[in-house]
Amino acid sequence: MSTTVTRLPDAQLEPLTRAYAQSLAAKRRWLWLGLAIFVACFVLASFSADVRLQVFLDNFWRFPDYIVRIFHFDTGANTGRIVFSDPADWMWGIGKWTTQLFETILIAYVGTIVGAIFGFFLCFLAAENLSMNGWIRNTAKRFLEFCRTVPEIVFALIFVVAFGLGPVPGVLAIALHTIGALGKQFSEVVENADMRPFEGVTASGATWAESVRFAIVPQVLANFASYALLRFEINVRGASVMGFVGAGGIGQDLVEAIRKFYYADVSAILVLIIVTVMVIDLLTERLRHHLVGMEHRS
Amino acid sequence: MTQNSIAAKAAADRAALIARYPDVFHPSIGKRLLTPGIVAALAALFIYGLIFLGFDLWKFIVGLGRLGQFVWFMIPPTTDSWARFFVYLDALFETIAIAFLGVSIAAALAFPMSFLAAKNVIPSRIIHFMSRRFLDTVRGVDELIWALIWVGVVGLGPFAGVLALVCSNFGAFGKLFSEAIEAVDRKQGEGVLSTGGGEIANIRFGMLPQVLPIIGGQILYFFESNTRSATIIGIVGAGGIGLHLAEQIRTLEYQHVSALILMILVAVVAIDFVSSRLRFALIGRKPLHT
Repeated sequence: MSTTVTRLPDAQLEPLTRAYAQSLAAKRRWLWLGLAIFVACFVLASFSADVRLQVFLDNFWRFPDYIVRIFHFDTGANTGRIVFSDPADWMWGIGKWTTQLFETILIAYVGTIVGAIFGFFLCFLAAENLSMNGWIRNTAKRFLEFCRTVPEIVFALIFVVAFGLGPVPGVLAIALHTIGALGKQFSEVVENADMRPFEGVTASGATWAESVRFAIVPQVLANFASYALLRFEINVRGASVMGFVGAGGIGQDLVEAIRKFYYADVSAILVLIIVTVMVIDLLTERLRHHLVGMEHRS
Repeated sequence: MTQNSIAAKAAADRAALIARYPDVFHPSIGKRLLTPGIVAALAALFIYGLIFLGFDLWKFIVGLGRLGQFVWFMIPPTTDSWARFFVYLDALFETIAIAFLGVSIAAALAFPMSFLAAKNVIPSRIIHFMSRRFLDTVRGVDELIWALIWVGVVGLGPFAGVLALVCSNFGAFGKLFSEAIEAVDRKQGEGVLSTGGGEIANIRFGMLPQVLPIIGGQILYFFESNTRSATIIGIVGAGGIGLHLAEQIRTLEYQHVSALILMILVAVVAIDFVSSRLRFALIGRKPLHT
């Protein structure tokens, strides 16, 4: 089967092709302009960040070299052999490290729970659609923004001075950062909630708190749990470096191993952290799919 | 209708409803216990966690008191001299530059990688599995750890920070980009193929126009969040304002600390504003809440 394509007469075609070429040219101009700005920023940033390409090229071999070296024994009878040849020697500190990993996970867990509870109560105050007093709403929003913007490790640095070394400042730092992150995500979920139940409950004479409890909370709870699980996974990662500033968890041993060049220990601890993070990642993803499915069914 | 007949009708309706939906009115014991059970388990683990981590109420209250003192010392934020302020400002620009370079280089590297990790471009299960696990591994290492490693390779300074952010962003971008590629509409690609286009033309004209706006939005969002992470890598000596922040906290110069935090806040809010505008222009609708 063949079809014939009818060609417009030139007089009609000409303005169309010209308009097409013009719009294409305009698009190109924007693209080039954007590219030029990007390149300028890139060059400027390279100067500011002290990028030394020569140093990088001269030293790049150290990176693969380092990776290879941490996977080889550096002391003892096995010196020079790859770590997988003697897993028992490689994971010599497995008892100590699993306790520390457990501590790391607990820091993340307790921090997430505390952060989620406070975030839960604050998100209703910060949500645009629940007609809270504007002053309260803005205060809540600024507070959440502050908690979210200051990185947890900075909080940890300050808390270590106030509460002393150990996991407690780590928990508090993660909790405070989580309040900000979850509070914002929670309030966005609340803003997307269906308002009709809220109006209905309010119309039947309920107070503000009762309306939120019976009209909004049932709608948003599954999503809240999903976000909290995601945050827990992020917090496990965050808790693994809390030890860098003395705030508990496995980070303390890791930073010591890196700084004191215990190469095989570095890879052992890194592998343990990565495996833990992956397992938690998989588990929370399962649970979250389940939660999202539950929400669609109801 | 009288009051009584309405009440009788309501009661009859209720009985009918109960008969029709036994699950809702009399849920099985297992279903009823599920929610309290989950809450009790979470609470028990929470309390166990507090005990395991050596949480002590008295110490906590003392610590809070000390914290209140620090906050009191922080007011008003000041840098004491303009010279100091400009030193901090320079470090702040360095931080933003680190974030910018870290994001753009990582995006450039992750872009080709994400096609390898996308199921609908490379149909090989092995390559897909390997590249996904590789990206997960890179992502599983925190940027502070990457910073420590790169400080060992290229020495102290902001360049190590750039490389650390490149590594941690690379893992995240690879995953996000490949998910965006996997979500494309196949029809446009089929159209390209039916007019005689090859596999490369399919990717260029069938997929790229769909994924580029999504990828652009993600890159801009990461620029914001990287400005936050770039403020901390200085703690391990990888450049930026974090170096000053950690130093001032350790030397108990609390007014400087609050001034530094204030500067970071202002910078992050400014970048947040600009990038959400850009994202809006790029995607052409209300900025996505991410």
